[in-house]
Amino acid sequence: MYVAVKGGEAAIDNAHQLLAEARRGDPSVPELSVAQIREQMALLVDRVMIEGSLYDPDLAALALKQARGDVVEAVFLVRAYRTTLPRFGASVPLETGAMTVARRVSATFKDLPGGQVLGPTFDYTHRLIDFTLAAEGATAPAAEAEPHADAATCPRVTDLLAQDGLIEASPPDEGAPVGDLTREPVDYPADRALRLQALARGDEGFVLGLGYSTQRGYGRTHPFVGEIRVGEVAVEFVPEELGFAVPLGRVRLTECQMVNQFKGTGAAPPQFTRGYGLSFGQSERKAMAMALVDRALRAEELGEPVTSPAQDQEFVLAHCDSLQATGFVEHLKLPHYVDFQAELELVRRLRTEFERKSDSVEMQEAAE
Amino acid sequence: MTPNPAGPEPGPGIAARQAVMALCADASRSELEAALARLDAPLSEDLRPPETGLVMATGRIGGDGRPFNLGEVSVTRAAIRLADGPTGFAYHLGRDRTKARLAAILDALWQDPAQRDRVEAALAEAATRAEAERRQAARRTAATRVEFLTVARGED
Repeated sequence: MYVAVKGGEAAIDNAHQLLAEARRGDPSVPELSVAQIREQMALLVDRVMIEGSLYDPDLAALALKQARGDVVEAVFLVRAYRTTLPRFGASVPLETGAMTVARRVSATFKDLPGGQVLGPTFDYTHRLIDFTLAAEGATAPAAEAEPHADAATCPRVTDLLAQDGLIEASPPDEGAPVGDLTREPVDYPADRALRLQALARGDEGFVLGLGYSTQRGYGRTHPFVGEIRVGEVAVEFVPEELGFAVPLGRVRLTECQMVNQFKGTGAAPPQFTRGYGLSFGQSERKAMAMALVDRALRAEELGEPVTSPAQDQEFVLAHCDSLQATGFVEHLKLPHYVDFQAELELVRRLRTEFERKSDSVEMQEAAE
Repeated sequence: MTPNPAGPEPGPGIAARQAVMALCADASRSELEAALARLDAPLSEDLRPPETGLVMATGRIGGDGRPFNLGEVSVTRAAIRLADGPTGFAYHLGRDRTKARLAAILDALWQDPAQRDRVEAALAEAATRAEAERRQAARRTAATRVEFLTVARGED
């Protein structure tokens, strides 16, 4: 139990002033602008957007500046900000098949209609520290080439497999209302849509760890990356007053289609199963981990034994949110004086009782 | 629960209006200011003050299945009426109220068939810039196209 305390106002004000100074760092070093963070710490900004559950690169960059680069603190700021805004409604579902692809790779097929493009990636770099980055200098312009004739249309790899019936279809859109965990508390069992919402907002480290655990045998799913694509997708919204889809602009997304081992029944031939990941920005690790955990959480639906943490939806959903987790862990450092006083009294009483009992045992032994 | 409006099938007039709206959404505030400066727009009043809010971006399970809530996007909307009557609307990603209001004025002007060509001409510069950027991005991406080869092990 937490009992409120008061006092310390001047100390708190001074601490916050000191925080502002610490945030600024050495004043002889030029101050970071929000635009610099947005442009040059772009993947960090992406992480704050997806875990903050709000696509707004400038806001996420500002939150990072205010939070001194602490991701969870920045997520907290973004989540708090969003509660101050009205919601106009829900978008038309994003059409990731129509993505302007900046990166697209498949680990299952080397030849794909639309081709594989590496885009800006750390893959295949040597992971050697590049000391030339410490000396400011201009970057050489990126190479250019004439786009291949088929580059404009990139069918999903899962659609290619689906043509031969080799992979399960996505669950069909039956027009049912979509659950929203920001509006109603999660009821278990939660459906797949709600689970994906929770995983999308979930802490990258936690979701990564769970995804990894499935690879190491705690709920194995035999995954292959069918496809990862990164690029821009138009967002559309139908305002009541207009009655048609208004283009709001374009957002950068990362999508991962995980292809997993088979499921068949007496009635249906074996097929590959699927896990799905979608994230704001360029967040491949997150989208991949999300797809692994999405598939693991389908264990019950697919008739697999539920034995591991990544398959336990209550465990995953109740613990994947970094803000909820940090709130409960970090509240422990706030004053718990009354609570602790009660514990102190209890332990003293127990000790007194213990001593009285051992005294009487000693007296008994002495008497015998 | 959030509804997932699919919206009516847009007619050719609506598709053209959507294209101009998309162009304004992609453009910068200064590009919209420059476009409006080329048109002598009548005075306008707010039907509703420009306002920043949220739209829940929905994805689809597997990319093509049942919708789910991915996360919100910040959106700013504006609705205006020109002094001579027509109304215009704008919904843009981000928090720039001035820009949304400029786009709403352009939307109102564009709806007058007599003004349509002029509005599109005023936005041509922004359209050219956006198209050039898209083309360059596509060329840079194309330079990273990869052909993977599987190497024969040659056991025998």
